[in-house]
Amino acid sequence: MRGATHARWAAGAVAVALTATGCGGGDGGGSGGGDSGAVLSSSWGDPQNPLEPANTNEVQGGKVLSMIFRGLKQYDPKTGEAEDMLAEKIETTDSQNFTITVKDGWTFSNGEKVTAKSFVDAWNYGASLKNNQKNAYFFEYIQGYDKTHPDDGSKQTADTLSGLKVVDDRTFTVALTQKFSTFPDTLGYNAYAPLPQSFFTDHDAWLSKPVGNGPYAVDSYTKGSQLSVRKWDGYPGGDKAQNGGVDLKVYTDNNTAYTDLMAGNLDLVDDVPAAQLKNVKADLGNRYINTPAGIIQTLSFPFYDQAWNKPGSEKVREGLSRAIDREQITDTIFQKTRTPATDWTSPVLGEEGGYKEGLCGDACEYDADAAKKLIKEGGGLPGGQVKITYNADTGSHKQWVDAVCNSINNALDNDQACVGNPVGTFADYRNQITQRKMSGPFRAGWQMDYPLIQNFLQPLYYTNASSNDGKWSNADFDKLVDEANAEEDTAKAVEKFQQAEEVVRDNMAAIPLWYQNGSAGYSERLSNVSLNPFSVPVYDQIKVS
Amino acid sequence: MPEPLPEEPHVSGGQRAPEGGAIAATGQDGTMDLATTEGETLEKGLGNADAGGPADKARSLWSDAWRDLRRNPVFIISALVILFLVVISLWPSLIASGNPLKCDLSKAQEGSQPGHPFGFDGQGCDVYTRTVYGARISISVGVCATLGVAILGSVLGGLAGFFGGISDSFLSRITDVFFAIPVVLGGLVLLSVVTSNSVWPVIGFMVLLGWPQISRIARGSVITAKQNDYVQAARALGASNSRMLLRHITPNAVAPVIVVATIALGTYIALEATLSYLGVGLKPPSVSWGIDISAASPYIRNAPHALLWPSGALAITVLAFIMLGDAVRDALDPKLR
Amino acid sequence: MGRYVIRRLLQMIPVFVGATLLIFLMVNVMGDPIAGLCGDRECDPATAAQLRREFGLDKPVWQQYLTYMGNVFTGDFGTAFNGQEVTELMASAFPVTIRLTIVAILFEIVIGITLGVVTGLRRGRPVDTGVLLTTLVVISVPTFVTGLLLQLLLGVEWGWISPSVSSDAPFDELIVPGLVLASVSLAYVTRLTRTSIAENARGDYVRTAVAKGLPRHRVIRKHLLRNSLIPVVTFIGTDIGALMGGAIVTERIFNIHGVGYQLYQGILRQNTQTVVGFVTVLVLVFLLANLLVDLLYAVLDPRIRYA
Repeated sequence: MRGATHARWAAGAVAVALTATGCGGGDGGGSGGGDSGAVLSSSWGDPQNPLEPANTNEVQGGKVLSMIFRGLKQYDPKTGEAEDMLAEKIETTDSQNFTITVKDGWTFSNGEKVTAKSFVDAWNYGASLKNNQKNAYFFEYIQGYDKTHPDDGSKQTADTLSGLKVVDDRTFTVALTQKFSTFPDTLGYNAYAPLPQSFFTDHDAWLSKPVGNGPYAVDSYTKGSQLSVRKWDGYPGGDKAQNGGVDLKVYTDNNTAYTDLMAGNLDLVDDVPAAQLKNVKADLGNRYINTPAGIIQTLSFPFYDQAWNKPGSEKVREGLSRAIDREQITDTIFQKTRTPATDWTSPVLGEEGGYKEGLCGDACEYDADAAKKLIKEGGGLPGGQVKITYNADTGSHKQWVDAVCNSINNALDNDQACVGNPVGTFADYRNQITQRKMSGPFRAGWQMDYPLIQNFLQPLYYTNASSNDGKWSNADFDKLVDEANAEEDTAKAVEKFQQAEEVVRDNMAAIPLWYQNGSAGYSERLSNVSLNPFSVPVYDQIKVS
Repeated sequence: MPEPLPEEPHVSGGQRAPEGGAIAATGQDGTMDLATTEGETLEKGLGNADAGGPADKARSLWSDAWRDLRRNPVFIISALVILFLVVISLWPSLIASGNPLKCDLSKAQEGSQPGHPFGFDGQGCDVYTRTVYGARISISVGVCATLGVAILGSVLGGLAGFFGGISDSFLSRITDVFFAIPVVLGGLVLLSVVTSNSVWPVIGFMVLLGWPQISRIARGSVITAKQNDYVQAARALGASNSRMLLRHITPNAVAPVIVVATIALGTYIALEATLSYLGVGLKPPSVSWGIDISAASPYIRNAPHALLWPSGALAITVLAFIMLGDAVRDALDPKLR
Repeated sequence: MGRYVIRRLLQMIPVFVGATLLIFLMVNVMGDPIAGLCGDRECDPATAAQLRREFGLDKPVWQQYLTYMGNVFTGDFGTAFNGQEVTELMASAFPVTIRLTIVAILFEIVIGITLGVVTGLRRGRPVDTGVLLTTLVVISVPTFVTGLLLQLLLGVEWGWISPSVSSDAPFDELIVPGLVLASVSLAYVTRLTRTSIAENARGDYVRTAVAKGLPRHRVIRKHLLRNSLIPVVTFIGTDIGALMGGAIVTERIFNIHGVGYQLYQGILRQNTQTVVGFVTVLVLVFLLANLLVDLLYAVLDPRIRYA
């Protein structure tokens, strides 16, 4: 008997090896390490908005969309580079007018063909004001957006974007209002996904069971508790699902999800709570991954408040930056799942993409004496005390804000120099920001939409940009960004963007804190687990045994 | 509202109501009419055969209670503990020389060491110093909220239960309105709009949503007490409303209120922790047990000591108040004498 | 009796209106819910304005309240921001929470009253002190700590239970969460029963019953317990509403998708429709429970009658 067991084990090992090297025996092979029929369970959060592609602006909804949709471009799960997916080619001569050809042979999981019209209809829907799509601004550079989505409150005069034209079944053209050389690279974002006709004809039915063209198809959706997707066998793409499907279970508290993982109730947790990071090695051994993601945490300032926007206050901001011991906080509070920031972008962009280590220079180095000196030169802390505002309901913000404050207090030898100011709910926190009620620095986290340096700078620091919460405004910065966007050569564009970033640095428009890693833990059943640069698990590659 | 079926027409709610004003004067000048004296004698006779003789003013119920309390070791111990807690609330530096706001992240979660008997919390703050300094806010929240709740609740509930009729309906319905709102929910909503960082909004909120609990209990016990023979007897003999309330009903109805209030005191200190956990309670740089307990709870696996000490302090405080409440209750209960 | 019930039912109307108005105003004070819908971004003004119009948030508060109440009476509780009807949310959340509440109430009744009777009859004995100390620990440790601790010990270290509750939430999975939810109330019930028993144990009717030679357990059950339960029943009755709405922390820790979860989500997202809708139903539950308690008074104490 013993011998037999060994033999079976050996056969299993061979199967593992074969599967691992891509020589697996196709679907339905139920043995060894790669049971492509097995389903895994994963933690999830209840999406805030209906699961429409142009209406989903947070990670949890995005997670599902990335499983059930494929767009023109797809970001490589490892490098983050935008690669053609459904796009056969995207051509332009002037960086402003694009001709897009869709690959042949793609269908939605209900059998409908994916055509140029699938894209144009979807984009028109997203850009039309009456549909309340919260990602509508992704279409703002397309001609005709001012008619379908008038921002001044006037009546919408068109339902479709004049800049979009279907040429034939597989070709459509896009006309932009300005030069935007990296436009094709943004097309991997969920908002640009194609939509089947059923989305428009029977919207309610579609919402209760979304239909897309990705490697998974929705099997059942119980709002607020679970969404099950199953492998779509007819998926025409190269990134076929390596498992039978995923059950996404809604958790309100990431600590519960982690506890469930430890108890063997859950296979994958993609958000390990900060307080558990210290135990991860003991609990999970090597079933834990910690990879850089396109997320940066910063402290923004209320530039509408005169106290923070007068000559010399950039010195106060720099002084505060130098009073924060990033190294110690990322080591102790975050157990190295954050990396001290030395610029305003993210390492996932890579050198060519615009990440420049050390761009911040001394201003991001901890130095208590320099901090004291700078703050004194800048006229001292406004009101003698800074309050760091944050929302207490999500993330582990309290821990790091308290640690940042303690660090500032210790550096300045004043135990009242900095206090944390929690706000109960995220909604209320956003309210206070949009109503310009901030009186001191506040938490600002940015998760990239697409891996371009433009996405780390323009939405956050351009005058009146959508996420410019501090209302910082600088003519030099705006000019450099405009120039960069018009630049056809990518390397030159990146260079311009970095010049703009230096303007941010010289004014210390926001204090960069740290780059956030994606962290995930998984059960013994899983292998080949990885996180993409958006810190979302690459579900289709996970193998379940 | 429950209402006793009137046994005798002349004590029905409608006729009792106008008496209320006139009686207050009687109660204040302290004169004792025959009816009351007889009522009391009757009551004492039931409770304790030794306590004969006419009741004189000096030996009122409250002075009797005080005499009992002074001899009760449970009372003395709990009173001493509370006294100690009050003293360190007022002058924490007497027993803790450190600064509760001085934290060194490099010492985070370290255990006990010389000079730092309770170790350090997740931020590297000294747990001993913070526990001592936390007493002030936690105890003032607990005591003030309990006092507010007990006074407001027992007055409104007691009046509703005693007078019955329209006033009972009215007060009970108001009680219902406030009671119907879940406390944690109310806290999340109400306290999220508060920007001040003093303890008063937290206390105010606890009183606002806490009083109905005591009110219901007080009303229930007053209704029960009202049925008692000696109360009926006193009423039949024409005792005034306020006299009946103060002399006969209150001492007999106050027990459940004291029990609930002393437990509530502990839950209010703990509620302050829950509010901090949800991010709407007191904010730093305030130091309180609640803030520390909620901050330490995620680290329960790695640094249980940071959770243990403030929780232990909270437990001792609650124990002291519950024992005190028990002793006072026993002393107030004429039947136990 | 019948007239009394009708009168009470009529009195519920002003309470219902008052409580819903109060919660409506409270949620409104929190400010504009639209701001939280667009992530770490400012919603573009046109979409925000349109959403406000669609949810009726551009109207004055009193008008919003009237429209809302009008809709409620026709059974329309509105739509949450994620496009789901609030009635749908209720249909999934209330059964779960009702089960959880039943478990919690059972714990309160069975354990709380038993301990209360035992300690009440043995005041000052070791068992009394022991229970006192236990209740003390329970009271002084906030629910979230008890919950996290039990979850960690029973769910992970010892593996007795699953640390979270599945979406069906059957009774057996709700035992530990129910105990956590009941814990503080359990302490109240124990203490209240103990006090009440101790007091009534000296009552004439008990002495009479004992003198008549009735067996001890019969005296306790028929005479002592029945008369001692009034404050306890009051407490448990009012606790039903509090348990159902107050499970926010417990449901969060054990990942139970019930009322507390929906309320918490609703508050975090400032979803007026969800919060007010759920509280409206909770208010009704609470009022009915209260009526029941008052009727129980008469059963427990024959001297109380209802006209």
